[in-house]
Amino acid sequence: MSIANIETKHEGGHHGFGVDEHGHFHHAHHFKDAHHQYESSKQGIWLFMVTEILMFGGLFVAYAIYKSLYAPIFHVGSSFLDVKWGSVNTVILITSSFTMALGIYYNQTNQFQKAVVSLALTILCALGFMGIKYIEYSHKIHDGLLPGKFFTNKEFPKKLSEYIKKMEPEDLSPQMKEIASNPKRLEKAAPLYFGFYFAMTGLHGLHVVIGACLIFWVMVKTHRRRFSSEYYTPVEGVGIFWHIVDLIWIYLFPLLYLVG
Amino acid sequence: MFTLTQAEQIQDAGEKNYLVHEKGLWSWLTTVDHKRIAIMYMIAVLTFFLIGGIFALLIRLELFTPGQTIVSPDTYNKFMTFHGAIMVFMVIIPAIPAIFGNFVLPIMLGAKDVAFPRLNLASWYIFMIGAILAASTLFLGGVDTGWTFYTPYSISTSTNVVLTVLGAFTMGMASILTGLNFVVTIHKLRAPGQTMSRIPLFVWAIYATSIIQILATPVLGITLLLIAAERILGVGIFDPTLGGDPVLFQHFFWFYSHPAVYIMVLPAMGIISELITTFSRKTIFGYTAIAYSSFAIAGVSFIVWGHHMYVSGQSEFAGKLFSVLTMLVGVPTAIKLFNWIATMYKGSIRLDAPMLYAIGFMFLFTIGGLTGIFLASLGMDVHFHDTYFVVAHFHYVMVGGTLMAFTGGLLYWFPKMFGKMTSDTLGRISWVFVFTGFNVTFFPQFILGAMGMPRRYYDYLPEYTSLNQISTVGSWLIGLGFVIVLIAIIKAFISGEKASANPWGGKTLEWKTASPPHYENFETTPVVTEGPYEYR
Repeated sequence: MSIANIETKHEGGHHGFGVDEHGHFHHAHHFKDAHHQYESSKQGIWLFMVTEILMFGGLFVAYAIYKSLYAPIFHVGSSFLDVKWGSVNTVILITSSFTMALGIYYNQTNQFQKAVVSLALTILCALGFMGIKYIEYSHKIHDGLLPGKFFTNKEFPKKLSEYIKKMEPEDLSPQMKEIASNPKRLEKAAPLYFGFYFAMTGLHGLHVVIGACLIFWVMVKTHRRRFSSEYYTPVEGVGIFWHIVDLIWIYLFPLLYLVG
Repeated sequence: MFTLTQAEQIQDAGEKNYLVHEKGLWSWLTTVDHKRIAIMYMIAVLTFFLIGGIFALLIRLELFTPGQTIVSPDTYNKFMTFHGAIMVFMVIIPAIPAIFGNFVLPIMLGAKDVAFPRLNLASWYIFMIGAILAASTLFLGGVDTGWTFYTPYSISTSTNVVLTVLGAFTMGMASILTGLNFVVTIHKLRAPGQTMSRIPLFVWAIYATSIIQILATPVLGITLLLIAAERILGVGIFDPTLGGDPVLFQHFFWFYSHPAVYIMVLPAMGIISELITTFSRKTIFGYTAIAYSSFAIAGVSFIVWGHHMYVSGQSEFAGKLFSVLTMLVGVPTAIKLFNWIATMYKGSIRLDAPMLYAIGFMFLFTIGGLTGIFLASLGMDVHFHDTYFVVAHFHYVMVGGTLMAFTGGLLYWFPKMFGKMTSDTLGRISWVFVFTGFNVTFFPQFILGAMGMPRRYYDYLPEYTSLNQISTVGSWLIGLGFVIVLIAIIKAFISGEKASANPWGGKTLEWKTASPPHYENFETTPVVTEGPYEYR
């Protein structure tokens, strides 16, 4: 950390910072220069991403435990999902990560119109993703696959017991064997997979919505020329968030759709 | 130590003092000044402390006699839950980092503010929203799960669990953002010359605490969200009738809540390091060891959660492993304690009220820590689990440790925060009441636990009566002690002597600026040339 240009006199008490009408950035008073502020903000954003990953981490750990105990439930469960929609959504999100990166690049290089278009495309992708999720969710709800007390699907327990019958008994965990020996318990445990499906994709979907709102915010600010090659921290921060949301989906897709 | 002239050290910030620099309630509610935000946290946390304390007194009053004394069993369960949840999530976790961390940490570093001042204000609002969500259950039927929200009861009880867990989730978010803010501040906003080996030990302690806040709190977040999802949707991840497992809830819960114990106690240890060196007039012994032991404690805290679950159906091997790992916590803790004692050795010790609280901490925390070893031992814990022995143990750590340090810190930094001295006589009298009252309340609970009295129960066998009554009388003494602290504070505001910039002879940076400080902390950015405690 270099300590050149130490401010010794403070003017005013303002914490305000931003780009002025000439496109020049003024840093907040408690930082020594724009780069100092940029580095600090980046560190803060990355630390926040750590907390996001740990939050989803809880769900991934729970998934890993139950998948190892009750593998057949997960295998049968994923056969109720449509891999086609999942793949389309994966492609959409990866594309949106690219357009997001373009949005940052165009802001860094002062090409604001292109930046606005890239960010708008990213939002469009997010909406497309949520649209497909809506189709998938309503289909699942129609089939009575909502978890817990809302689970009314009759086909699932039937498919599950057929699947278990086809398996070698030594491939089943003791816990799974115990449940499989009692049709009543098997029926009760069947919704477990969809508990994970809705909890994981629900939390992820919430992040997509929040991400889209944040991208909209930086898009409006880009349109109003609040960023420049001197200052683009919010765009980059939102970008990092968006990539993390994308990355989490990259794990959710195989764990939920392809596990069967 | 610092290249500030004598004139600057003793000057009064006058109109530029942060308390009066801007006026009106609105200027407070929209402030981004870390010092004002600290004061706002202080008002909130002390209010919650009062409410949590009243519930504590009510619990003890109910337990004065076996059977019904003042309230019904259901009301008692709610009192117990409110006491636990308020004290943990709304008092002890935020108290030291959010109040003193916010107030003194940036000044100790020589910074003008925390790295993200607006985020800091947002954290306060998020905390208040969470607190209000959780506290609103007081009027909406209450909660009776205990502060741990154990499944399956928390899924099946008819009380208002969803609101409480969402409140705790929201307060957790505030806790994460505060921790994040401090980590970046410590890394990026140190004054010139303020190297990592020169920052005060309180800053090191808050740093280690922040790491735990960032890494552990998200796991509590998802756990609490899943509890809400269980209740609203019935997703079944913790519900055995739907194929889930309540033990997984316990794993997740303690993966956060054990490290959270160190969120509560590490900042307290940071305060003790400051108090011991200032009031012994002696350079701290083993600066590096104390600084790194905070990180050792933070690291170990993540791999000991299973000691809460010895009798919850975890494997015997896991139990043994967690037992050994838990014992490890004793090592860095003892390093701190011995270093503090070595600092006092041949020091010029002054027994002002803050120092009395620091010494009280050292006594009580040692008892709390040593009884922790009983509970860490697999064989003994099978007997002590869920008895009053556990209650006594964690109150020795949380009240005898954290709250003693908090009160010491409050009396120590009060002159800096408000420019007024509190009466040292009242401070010392309050210490006598809190310290004695504490031991009278909780020492009998060790005996009750060893005799087999289960914790959390509304009723008890007649042979436990006398010890319970001693304990209840002790709770009145503690209450009186804290009332005296409150009187000392009110008296200081009304007729307190004006505080000088450095009333205690401290060496860290916050004593080099006016009391109360300039709104930007220092007139000129200080340049640090020496370590933090250069006495002799």
